[in-house]
Amino acid sequence: MEVGQMQRRLVDYTKSLFMEGFLDAQFLQLQQLQDESNPDFVVEVVSLFFDDSEKLLNDLTMALDQPNVDFKKVDAHVHQLKGSSSSIGAQRVKNACIAFRSFCEEQNIDATLRCLQQVKQEYYLVKNKLETMLRLEQQIVAAGGSIPMIELGF
Amino acid sequence: MEEKMGGSNGEDSGEDRFPVGMRVLAVDDDPICLKILANLLCKCQYQVTTTNQAIIALKMLRGNKNRYDLVISDVNMPDMDGFKLLELVGLEMDLPVIMLSAHSDTKLVMKGITHGACDYLLKPVRIEELKNIWQHVVRRKKPDSKDELAAPNHDKARGGTGEAGQTWVACSSDQKVNKKRKDQSEDEEEETEDNGHENEDSSSQKKPRVVWSVDLHRKFVAAVNQLGLGDQAVPKKILDLMNVEGLTRENVASHLQKYRLYLRRLSSVATQQANMVVALGSRGPSHLRTGSLDGFGDFRSFTGPRRFSSASLPSNQSRGAFGRLNSSAALTLSGISSGGIQPGNSVNGLGKIQPVVLPANQNQNGALFQGITASIELNQLSQTKSTNHFGEYNCVNERNVFRISSSFPDAKVVVGSSSNSLSTASGNALVLQGNTQEVQCNAAFENLPSFGMTSLNRESNDLSVRGSSNCLEHGRCSENWQGTVQLSNFPPSNEQLPSNNLQESIPWRNSSPSNSRIALSSMASSAVFGDSRADMLCKAGLNNSYSHVDSRVSASGSMMDQNNAVISNTNDVSLFSHLNGEAPFAVWHSEGDKSSSDTDLRSNDNFLFLQSKPQNGFSQNNFESLEDIMSPVFKLEQNNETAFMDGGLGFDVAYPLGSCM
Repeated sequence: MEVGQMQRRLVDYTKSLFMEGFLDAQFLQLQQLQDESNPDFVVEVVSLFFDDSEKLLNDLTMALDQPNVDFKKVDAHVHQLKGSSSSIGAQRVKNACIAFRSFCEEQNIDATLRCLQQVKQEYYLVKNKLETMLRLEQQIVAAGGSIPMIELGF
Repeated sequence: MEEKMGGSNGEDSGEDRFPVGMRVLAVDDDPICLKILANLLCKCQYQVTTTNQAIIALKMLRGNKNRYDLVISDVNMPDMDGFKLLELVGLEMDLPVIMLSAHSDTKLVMKGITHGACDYLLKPVRIEELKNIWQHVVRRKKPDSKDELAAPNHDKARGGTGEAGQTWVACSSDQKVNKKRKDQSEDEEEETEDNGHENEDSSSQKKPRVVWSVDLHRKFVAAVNQLGLGDQAVPKKILDLMNVEGLTRENVASHLQKYRLYLRRLSSVATQQANMVVALGSRGPSHLRTGSLDGFGDFRSFTGPRRFSSASLPSNQSRGAFGRLNSSAALTLSGISSGGIQPGNSVNGLGKIQPVVLPANQNQNGALFQGITASIELNQLSQTKSTNHFGEYNCVNERNVFRISSSFPDAKVVVGSSSNSLSTASGNALVLQGNTQEVQCNAAFENLPSFGMTSLNRESNDLSVRGSSNCLEHGRCSENWQGTVQLSNFPPSNEQLPSNNLQESIPWRNSSPSNSRIALSSMASSAVFGDSRADMLCKAGLNNSYSHVDSRVSASGSMMDQNNAVISNTNDVSLFSHLNGEAPFAVWHSEGDKSSSDTDLRSNDNFLFLQSKPQNGFSQNNFESLEDIMSPVFKLEQNNETAFMDGGLGFDVAYPLGSCM
């Protein structure tokens, strides 16, 4: 596939992510931070996000698995996940975290378990999407092209 | 882990091309946010250094005060509460700090403001918001050049104080005292006791602002005491009472503001320290921890279970007052005073504290001090220092003791103030805490008395700083820490505060020169630390404030010997006596001659004395102060969020005392 085509695919794909709410404007900022002096910025941040989130999700699962759930701890984890997902622009994950936190306050075990599932789901979804997108970018760069900047016209 | 990134070239410190190259220190435990933030800042052409631990951030900041222009910190961090870091930075280095959080809770934002943050940003941070953060650096610098009238706002004051403010305590006072005052930038470096430099740096840099010399501050405190720290203490009235030529209402207003903050810090610091002490209780950590921590922990909640106070009402009362302080210490103190306070209380933890009669109280104090010390690295230092100081400390020998006792009724005021101070300065705070502060201070001082003020200051400063840092390290120090740390860093403030607290008492204390005030501050810190430092501080502070107290709690000096607790006790004793205005104090003195003698007896005696005194309230005060002091310590340990004394310590504290009395 030639570079131009790949680029178009990438643009469309990325745009769809925004449309569907997986990503928000914050992600755009990240992309804008990437430049010659910082060529892998997005990849690095996204990877960090993946690592950190997996860990948080594990911690959350364990915490909610306890006979006596420590909601403060759970809340702290969710708060962190919310912070990082919002920083990266993973909108749906962030929203799921917000809902999660409100149930944490209520100390509602069932609801929080459900929320956890939801957060996980959103996380894996966005992870998948981001990985696909990054792969596309890599292919473009490998083929000698440059990554097009997304203009969010909407 | 820290990294440095930055677009600008090296060290032009951005001043030439400001805001380009402005040096920012970013602190956030979330690696993603930190990385993004760092990159955003770089994009704004700032020079960025990052770290994911607040403790490291503090170290870096302390390592060189001029290394950074601005600090951005997350609110929720595991190793230290963002607000605590905020306070410490503000007090020690007087740098603008921007808070960062994913929470937009109004209360949090308010908390940021009260702790001195110059801005509060929400995550995710956008580059547009970061583009203008340099304004905060400029704002801070401005007051220096401006007239003091420019803005009594705290941030400025803080900045200003750095220079001018540092002279809170004693421009003229004893050299030793000056130590306390030393410039923020000098904190930690001033370990040595050279009294000289204290305000010199600031003084020389001072612009035409009012220099709040020890005397001036004393007058101020006296005026405030007279009016009561409540509604009546309005700048205009204070100004009139002070009757100082050339002083403007604005000067007083800004000074008052700082003073209040200081008191608040002291109370919180005290609490934290207490906590710290408890937790850390180097001496007898276990003791402290179990004892004090519990006690403190409870106390923290102010309303929390006053374990101690079961017995004496006063203790409760004092607790109330102190409760405000946050310091569980206070509580513990109260508890102790109530008699039969759990000897094991935190004080024990401190190790030194003698579980003797006073033990409860003493312990508290001791614990506080101890704890503080313990927690504080200074402990080691203090130990050595204390001994050294011992000789040097004038107060000690003199039994500068805190005049405080008499102040009890005043103590109210004082207490408030002292407590405040306690909270404010780690060391100082402790001591200074209002009435109890006095007590505490005494104790603190007592213990330290031996240490020359200067050294104390240093130490205390260090202590306080350390304390704070300890606290920080130990966990989130809730607000209090700031106070503790403040001691050292807080050159002006600490001194001031303690002085302030002392100030209130100071009126009483004519004899003690500002040094004592400073000492108090330092004592406060020291008290916390338990080390002689604290004593010194206390002493210093106490002396100043406790002008009334004739029976100086010179014990501090003697107390200092390792058994800080002891000292604390003695201090308490003295305080009590003062409070009671009776002989107790005298009694105490006899013991208190301690200045030279480190006998624990003194302290014990004192405590005993105290105990006998019906003035539970009084005793409580002592304890409370200790608690307060301790609480900050403990707080840190426990990561409690005890509220740093919400400004009211002074007031609150006063009450119990009054009631007790």
